Amino acid sequence: MKTFKLGGVHPAANKLSDKAPIEVAAVPAMVAIPMAQNLGAPSKAIVAKGDKVKVGTVIGEPGGFLSSFVHSSVSGTVDKVDLVEDATGKKVPAVFIKVEGDEWEESIDRSKDIVREIKLEKQAIIDRVKACGIVGMGGATFPTQVKLTPPPTAKPECVIINAVECEPYLTSDHSLMLAHAEEICIGVQILEKAMGVSKAYIGIEANKPDAIKLMTETAKNGFPEIEIVPLKLKYPQGGEKQLINAVIGKEVPSGGLPIATGALVQNVGTAFAVYEAVQKNKPLIERIVTVTGKSVKKPSNFLARLGVPVADLIAAAGGVPEDTGKIISGGPMMGKAMPDTNSYMVKGCSGILVMKNEEARRKEASPCIRCAKCVHACPMGLQPNFLSKYSELGMLDEAEAERIYDCIECGSCQFSCPANRPLLDWIRQGKPKVMGILRARAAAAAEAKKAAEAAAAEKK
Amino acid sequence: MNVILIALIALGAIGLLGSLLLYVVAKQFFVFEDPRVGQVEELLPGANCGGCGFPGCHGMADACVKAKDADNSLGSLLCPVGGSETMGKVADVLGLEAGAAEPKLAVVRCNGNICARPKVALYDGAKSCAVASATFSGETACAFGCLGLGDCVKACQFDAIRMNTETGLPEVDEEKCVACGACAKACPKFVIEIRKKSAMAKAPAAKRVWVSCINKDKGAAARKACANACIGCGKCQKVCKFEAITVEGNVAFIDNEKCKACGMCVSECPTGAIHATAPVMAVVEKLKAKKEAEKKAAAEAAAAAKAAETPKTEA
Repeated sequence: MKTFKLGGVHPAANKLSDKAPIEVAAVPAMVAIPMAQNLGAPSKAIVAKGDKVKVGTVIGEPGGFLSSFVHSSVSGTVDKVDLVEDATGKKVPAVFIKVEGDEWEESIDRSKDIVREIKLEKQAIIDRVKACGIVGMGGATFPTQVKLTPPPTAKPECVIINAVECEPYLTSDHSLMLAHAEEICIGVQILEKAMGVSKAYIGIEANKPDAIKLMTETAKNGFPEIEIVPLKLKYPQGGEKQLINAVIGKEVPSGGLPIATGALVQNVGTAFAVYEAVQKNKPLIERIVTVTGKSVKKPSNFLARLGVPVADLIAAAGGVPEDTGKIISGGPMMGKAMPDTNSYMVKGCSGILVMKNEEARRKEASPCIRCAKCVHACPMGLQPNFLSKYSELGMLDEAEAERIYDCIECGSCQFSCPANRPLLDWIRQGKPKVMGILRARAAAAAEAKKAAEAAAAEKK
Repeated sequence: MNVILIALIALGAIGLLGSLLLYVVAKQFFVFEDPRVGQVEELLPGANCGGCGFPGCHGMADACVKAKDADNSLGSLLCPVGGSETMGKVADVLGLEAGAAEPKLAVVRCNGNICARPKVALYDGAKSCAVASATFSGETACAFGCLGLGDCVKACQFDAIRMNTETGLPEVDEEKCVACGACAKACPKFVIEIRKKSAMAKAPAAKRVWVSCINKDKGAAARKACANACIGCGKCQKVCKFEAITVEGNVAFIDNEKCKACGMCVSECPTGAIHATAPVMAVVEKLKAKKEAEKKAAAEAAAAAKAAETPKTEA
């Protein structure tokens, strides 16, 4: 079985909810849909108090190139546009909607029939994906339309679907595959068409044999160009660069885009959302979220509308247990600990993990013993021990020389550290600073080039 | 003998050549530096803290000489470490009148101590405000205040700022602080501000007033998060005779250029968010006592009037 070459760790899988079917989460009396649901610029609210909205009505416009549309997930009246807490407790603007009935926009096809034939052309698909507010559903929430329009120099060869779900505990992608295998395959074909390629791989880790079996069978019936690739268990296999390496054996060049290898990677949830957007004209208004944890009464997979309070979802899974130490938005490796449960469902929330106090608390950090376990664990071939120290001491030149910008923030270093050092905490400090320096340098170089060209033109 | 002679001549020749080379290079690549720069630099404290805005004391000395040549004054140049005393000496060397530079210091604009601001979450990541601030909003319900992990303390070269373990907040040592601003730069929440040490330059003891809160939440939310929060009620703004106070984004700010440290705002603040130094507080106590007395007198008068009125209506 295939896997990626460098580094990696083996956290306990703890997939407690992998047998739980998808349940539709109840729609509360009031939802709050945050306007910052994608990587990049937040969206701008275009509704005001008193406006009537239906399910699927656009309520937020992109606030820039790297941004996306936001749609109402319920029907009702806009109550207010106010600040709410996001998963990290920071304030972001959100549209509060008082729920009245469940009326959908007429343009949305709500029938259960599976539409096989792809009628839209390449550009129309990309436009539809943008209009439906699709973002990367794996958690990074990168606007999908931007990813589907690679730079003209890139030569796309294949689509790789990320159904690895290497984060422990999470089962949202797993349950999605079991419930919507055919739709996912059609979604993959749509992505192929948008990229102009005729080969696709779906990478699935070996701890989901039922999903591998079902997807393989589905692909055999009418999707000959889709290959299911079972992968050996290893974290962070779901990292874009790691997945490319595992599936087609190519390596993304340092500082380069993954498309340089010819592969476009999309999450399996994104493929499903693309299917719904293109074939059913349904915008991204709900997603599957795993609510789990060792002490949770009923670990579940919910189909939840965006804007539903996180507290409601936890309550539906049996409430917050007594000895809870941390509640994490996302998985235990890369998720964010929430300071409280006052936040709302967003497009990138793949899981809500309730951790017991004893397993959640970090142990006291002690001095580095130079064991190099972090170096062995790093899937990018970096030296996290140095990177973290350079960031802590503000030695940005050295951090740049050690390629801090290649860090994918997977946390394997911190997971493997026997001295419990907060390695990633510090690397996350240095990385954006170095990236800022690199960007400024690139901008200055472009400026200088322009000036030189202008001077040369003047001479002529 | 011969060997010694050869060695002497050879070494002597090498030495001569080397010295010639050095001489030529020194002449050829000589960079003229104003001798006054060296003189000025000697007067500066040599802490190279960068508080003046220049990269180290040499840069500052250079800027001083350039400022003298350009417009015959030191302008707004100030060494925060040496203060007006050092700047006076520098002015003497350059043959200028020393400007009256006002001493400043770092002021911590958060009073959310452990009692006033209960914790709602626990942070166990790297012990750094910068890391904590990038990770989440803070351990308390206030997303604006001090995180209490001491980045400012680490940034201070003068040992002038310390964490008070009882309050969980940093405290500035007035004697040691040189207002270089390193702590203010290190604080990811912008809690620390460099302010004038005293509203009255001539007053024997420092008189200064500041709002010890930067919470921009609406009044109710701010109050819920912290008992000492500024709720942006605007009472201080109304009572200020010098138009020194502005309330923007649910939080008051006192302009220390306009403030005369009269203490009116301090006595008016319902949450005690406005702080002042001891000499001002003495005045504030008097103001408060006066107000209490007035209130009492008014209440008594009202009671008396009521007492006088009641029999009339009955009759």
